Amino acid sequence: MPEPRGPVSEWVVARLASYRPSALPRPPDTPSTLDDEAIALWTLHELSYQGFEDATELAESDPDVSRTRFRLEATLESRLRERWVRVAPTPAEVPEALEQLAAQDAGPSLADHVRRHADADQVLEMLRQRSIYQLKEADPTTWVVPRLPTRAKAALMELQFDEYGNGNPNRLHAHLFARGLDAVGLCADYGAYVDGALPETLELNNALSMFGLNRRLRGAAMGHLAAFEMSSSIPARKIAQGLDRLGLAGPMSAYYDEHVEADAVHEITAAHAICGTLAEDEPDQAAEIMFGAFTCLDLEGRMAGALLDSWRSAA
Amino acid sequence: MSENDIPHADVVLQPHGPMLIRGAATVQDEDGVVHPVERPVVAVCRCGKSSRLPWCDSTHKLIPRG
Ligand code: FES
Ligand SMILES: [Fe+2]
Ligand SMILES: [Fe+2]
Repeated sequence: MPEPRGPVSEWVVARLASYRPSALPRPPDTPSTLDDEAIALWTLHELSYQGFEDATELAESDPDVSRTRFRLEATLESRLRERWVRVAPTPAEVPEALEQLAAQDAGPSLADHVRRHADADQVLEMLRQRSIYQLKEADPTTWVVPRLPTRAKAALMELQFDEYGNGNPNRLHAHLFARGLDAVGLCADYGAYVDGALPETLELNNALSMFGLNRRLRGAAMGHLAAFEMSSSIPARKIAQGLDRLGLAGPMSAYYDEHVEADAVHEITAAHAICGTLAEDEPDQAAEIMFGAFTCLDLEGRMAGALLDSWRSAA
Repeated sequence: MSENDIPHADVVLQPHGPMLIRGAATVQDEDGVVHPVERPVVAVCRCGKSSRLPWCDSTHKLIPRG
């Protein structure tokens, strides 16, 4: 499990490690630092993915654990909703509104920096931050499948099948990324770099897990997917160019190369066949889709900004 | 209910974008070169500006829509 970063994550790690929870104090329920709450929620969400060798699986259904997760999720969700610059397209306008939102995104770009200026250490740091999500790429989105109406469900399965390698484990995107990490000399173990994860990286991961785990947030999950795919193909090409420039071509470039072509398809599927039909079939999801899309771009921008700032101040 | 009550095409021309082709095994480009397809749906560039012809690489999004 990760190193705790404050009282909440300390309680979480102690609770998950313990087979005798009755010996533990009640979970702290007063607000802590963003960093502490982020690593605590990340740890709690991981129980629904791969779990931890040093955590008891029984913790997943413990009331104190659940209550802590829901409290941290509520804080996160209200923070994300406060940041949201609200737009409410009609269902028919959703694909177009998603395209506009992605096209107008003026957040800082890691891909531009990697393409032209980044040094190898910076690229490795970006990959370590990315590994927190990319080693479970597409997984949080899969949780949404059973909650979708027919057309969106079929389209999401087609997209996810591609993310999971079309039945070939060698082409599964998370596995391509793991091979890339290995090839550039980083550790490809799941969660290996979580102790160095920025609060922005954790917040981005936690939002995605929260959207995936809660049926109520299915629209946000699909909007997040669309924005993610729509801001992937062109940046992936730039990152692949940067890796080549730095002599890091090979499996890691292959991962980004794969995303140039795959996400040129996925972005259309996500905006039209998934989000467009979901909004038609469930009109109240139109605004939620836009909330998820905004959150994706906003959190990606915050993470990019945090990394770029740290490199600027180190220079 | 007819057999296909939900409209669903195997080839879709995306406005201002590529042609999506579902279920193709190979695509032949303008020079006669045959490219294998490794995914369920592939996007074939229609704007001519892609860096990976015959595939779309989303460059079409950077072209102003006059
Ligand atoms: S149609 Fe997409 S790059 Fe040409
Ligand atoms: Fe992917
Ligand atoms: Fe994708």
